[in-house]
Amino acid sequence: MGLPLDQIFIQTVNGLVNGMILALVASGLTLIFGIMDVVNFAHGDLVMLGAFVGATTMLNTGNFWLALLVAALVIAIVGAVLQVTTLRPLLGRDPLMTILATFGMSLVFQKYALWQWGPSARKIQEPITGQFSMFYLQYPWYRVATAIFAGAIIGGLYLFLKYGKYGIWIRATTQDRVMASAMGIPVPLVHTGVFAIGSAMAAASGVLFGPLAGVTQTIGLDFTLRAFIVVVVGGMGNLGGSILASIFISLLEAYAALVVSPAQAVIVSFLALILTLLFRPTGLFVPTPK
Amino acid sequence: MLTLRDVHTYYGKSHILHGVSIEVGQGEVVGLLGRNGVGKSTTLKTIIGLVHPAQGSVDFEGQDISRMPAHRLARLGIGYVPEDRRIFRLLSVLENLRTGLDRQGVSPERRDALLDKVYTHFPVLRERRQQAGGTLSGGEQQMLSIARAMMLEPKIILLDEPTEGLMPRMVGQIREIIQVLHREGIAILLVEQNVPLTLDVTDRVYIMEKGVVRHHAPAADVRANQDVIHQYLGV
Repeated sequence: MGLPLDQIFIQTVNGLVNGMILALVASGLTLIFGIMDVVNFAHGDLVMLGAFVGATTMLNTGNFWLALLVAALVIAIVGAVLQVTTLRPLLGRDPLMTILATFGMSLVFQKYALWQWGPSARKIQEPITGQFSMFYLQYPWYRVATAIFAGAIIGGLYLFLKYGKYGIWIRATTQDRVMASAMGIPVPLVHTGVFAIGSAMAAASGVLFGPLAGVTQTIGLDFTLRAFIVVVVGGMGNLGGSILASIFISLLEAYAALVVSPAQAVIVSFLALILTLLFRPTGLFVPTPK
Repeated sequence: MLTLRDVHTYYGKSHILHGVSIEVGQGEVVGLLGRNGVGKSTTLKTIIGLVHPAQGSVDFEGQDISRMPAHRLARLGIGYVPEDRRIFRLLSVLENLRTGLDRQGVSPERRDALLDKVYTHFPVLRERRQQAGGTLSGGEQQMLSIARAMMLEPKIILLDEPTEGLMPRMVGQIREIIQVLHREGIAILLVEQNVPLTLDVTDRVYIMEKGVVRHHAPAADVRANQDVIHQYLGV
């Protein structure tokens, strides 16, 4: 049997598209973990809430890009409030506390979504409807646009962190919270800001993802799980590592789907997680620690 | 300008400072001597708000600062150069400096002037400004740590063992920069193990033992009376 080159190519594109959405979710998660050591189990639910807010805005205005913006803003505020009320008081405490607190928030968000939007799936109408032919497939342009748009948001985050005044504040606080504070950086505010940015990115992922599948109150868990896998595989708190790991894991799953059913293909990402934890617990895409 | 009155500080349950009283006047260079573990660094950390005193008061320019978070104290004009330097290792030299420079009310001209000033005192920082802080040598990191505190345009700098582990040439440079800061009217509270250097650059010294100040005298007196040094510092 020869290699099905066309299928491999299609799965590469699929893997890249899924990888970029995942990267957008994971980079928010890793940014939050890096700066606050907070393992945010509600991160996927912020994706879900963002998707619902986006769907509602879309329904009322018919404008996808407005929906994306509104969802990002609303969820940024939700994230900031969550951080100030729930996580700020727990800073520096046992990590188990924040895990439990965010897990609790995750349940609250899911039940809220169920109450507010009901159990049936919502679909967000994609803003770009065209398709192009790739071998035997009509491939939607929107999927490609999603990857590009996610990449642009991540690129924007990178530039902001690298060159912006507040980007330097965030990086300094990530490296040494105490010294940052002694240099006059308002660390509690930086924490809240980062949480808001991470939440906005989660919401943006939710809206971008919305047209690809239905939005229900349970999609958050899957995002949380997958984002955690890539954050661990990429090296906890390492932004570049998480992005590479997102693409790596998504490609791995896409290729595995050529051989086994897509449901079973998910197993390879857990396998990658276990192997990483066993052999390189600091992460695959970070320099070897000295 | 800076007054500590009967300050008691705890780390968890361990009682570190047992009633420390210290005063630093405008533009004054004051030394804080003592053996390891007597509470010198804790005194500095209490001033900069990294630990809060359980009892006693810390006043800065007539304001009680004992409950303020560190970032507000930095804005009030207290610079801190910690013992372990605490350079932001992944930030470039320039970015390290920018952590103190990127604050409200600093005009672009003022920024350039401040950077120029530290680059003149520490030319090596200009050469390495794009390099990551973690790649600098120990002495260079110490210079960066001091330069970074200078970016805040502080009224007082808390210097914690700046010459520890440095080569003699570097020690000379630290001595020079202390004198430069002094001439500019910046007050300094200097914690040191290097007694001759401390007595040389300070006006007054406090000697600590077991969490309290045991002795307080003009530096010249202590220089003349080496018994004190022998008694409290064992050197």
